[in-house]
Amino acid sequence: MIKMTTFKIKILFIAFCSTLLFVQCVDDDDNGNVIEQETCDDGILNGDEEDIDCGGTACEPCIVGIEFGGTYLQEDMIGRPAINTVFSGSNAVKNDFNITLITDRASFQPIFEATLEAYHDIYAVALGIPIEDLDYETNILGLDAFNFTSLLAFFDTLQVAPNGQTTYFDLNTGVVLTGRTLADDAIDISLMLMFGGKSGTRFDGNNGTPQLTSDGVDSGDRDFTLPFPYLETPISE
Amino acid sequence: MKKTKLFIAVGGMVLLGFSIFLVSADHIDAPNVSGTTTDLADLFAFEGDNPNNTVFIATLQGILTPGIVTENAIFDEDVLIEFNIDNTGDFIEDLVIQAIKRGDTMYFFGPASPSQTGLSSEVLTFANRNSVKISTVDNLEISNNDGMTFFAGPRRDAFYMDLNRFNDVITGAVAPDGFLPPGEASDFFENLNTLAIVIEIPNSMLGTPPAHVGGELGISGLPPAYNVWISAKRKQ
Repeated sequence: MIKMTTFKIKILFIAFCSTLLFVQCVDDDDNGNVIEQETCDDGILNGDEEDIDCGGTACEPCIVGIEFGGTYLQEDMIGRPAINTVFSGSNAVKNDFNITLITDRASFQPIFEATLEAYHDIYAVALGIPIEDLDYETNILGLDAFNFTSLLAFFDTLQVAPNGQTTYFDLNTGVVLTGRTLADDAIDISLMLMFGGKSGTRFDGNNGTPQLTSDGVDSGDRDFTLPFPYLETPISE
Repeated sequence: MKKTKLFIAVGGMVLLGFSIFLVSADHIDAPNVSGTTTDLADLFAFEGDNPNNTVFIATLQGILTPGIVTENAIFDEDVLIEFNIDNTGDFIEDLVIQAIKRGDTMYFFGPASPSQTGLSSEVLTFANRNSVKISTVDNLEISNNDGMTFFAGPRRDAFYMDLNRFNDVITGAVAPDGFLPPGEASDFFENLNTLAIVIEIPNSMLGTPPAHVGGELGISGLPPAYNVWISAKRKQ
């Protein structure tokens, strides 16, 4: 009988201690040791979330039930500005360039080089010079026709440096091919690299030359100093 | 009746004009994508207002005239826009950030290693995901999460060039003197809009950049740089 009573007391004691443990555990939560407030990445459904960590007023919309399946096939791509349409020459090549892996573009280099020379032939004719006497001249970056068109054909991606100035080509600082800002004059830079020769001014409209190194327009009244998303609101009517 | 004829005549000239456009960054760059919802216009990439971040901007469906054309321009739910980042120097994407529209929202997945590289993709639903409500002409919507900032919607085209004169110049005979001087030259894109997707991302999420490709072609002294491109892929 005494044994039985002791056993009951023990059970009660254990139960009491367990309750204490349980209460303690709840207390921990209330004290903020585990979850101070609901967030969108705590892995549980709380606040006014519609599902775990999504929906409601604070979190990203839930994507449960939204279909993202299927296979998507490339139709267009762009690295640097104006490459495909300036250098590809024909419509068939332009279409092909957009759906060819960057690593499979060896066949485009000779096409790009031929197009570059064809542009020079046009102005040889305009200037009354035999076309064989007017060729592309190694440009201000030291790139001859093969290396220049290789850069454009094989490696048509935008180089983006995470440390330091990002620019397509800043003539003031000399920094080149580290990004492309909204303000960079991509067309003048491209024209200078195509027609500017070693000095960058080979065909600049002076000394009887045609103006081929600048298209004569700048960014006008565009504002490139805006905070995110950095682009201006749409032009309205 | 006269008005109708005038409209047809002007419309015909505009169509003729569009058909002979030869360049505008990547706007309407090739017949197979010209005027479609996969037609990319420009890629910009630059240091953000926070110097530890890089901003990637894709513009697409360029040459949106102000007003009804811009207001009606929409992203296509069947088109996946991918920002590709090669951080090893082999010109194969190591990280992608995907953007795709559902309803009134643009969803973003990544940056993450793609399940497959190349011309064919699937949406990386296992990856880090974010979203932003698509902005309208009048309402700017921006979202911030995971250190990244997102935007999708119509914006003024930042690209500028004298497109019409360019088309004359490359035929030579029409423009023997080349481009026009400032003042006479005209920026074709001055009053046009595009659709834009903007992502600002901490550089720490992009990995270590590889040696600059310019070094392979003899341009020395260039800093390590990611190779970045955008692709537009259509659901099959």
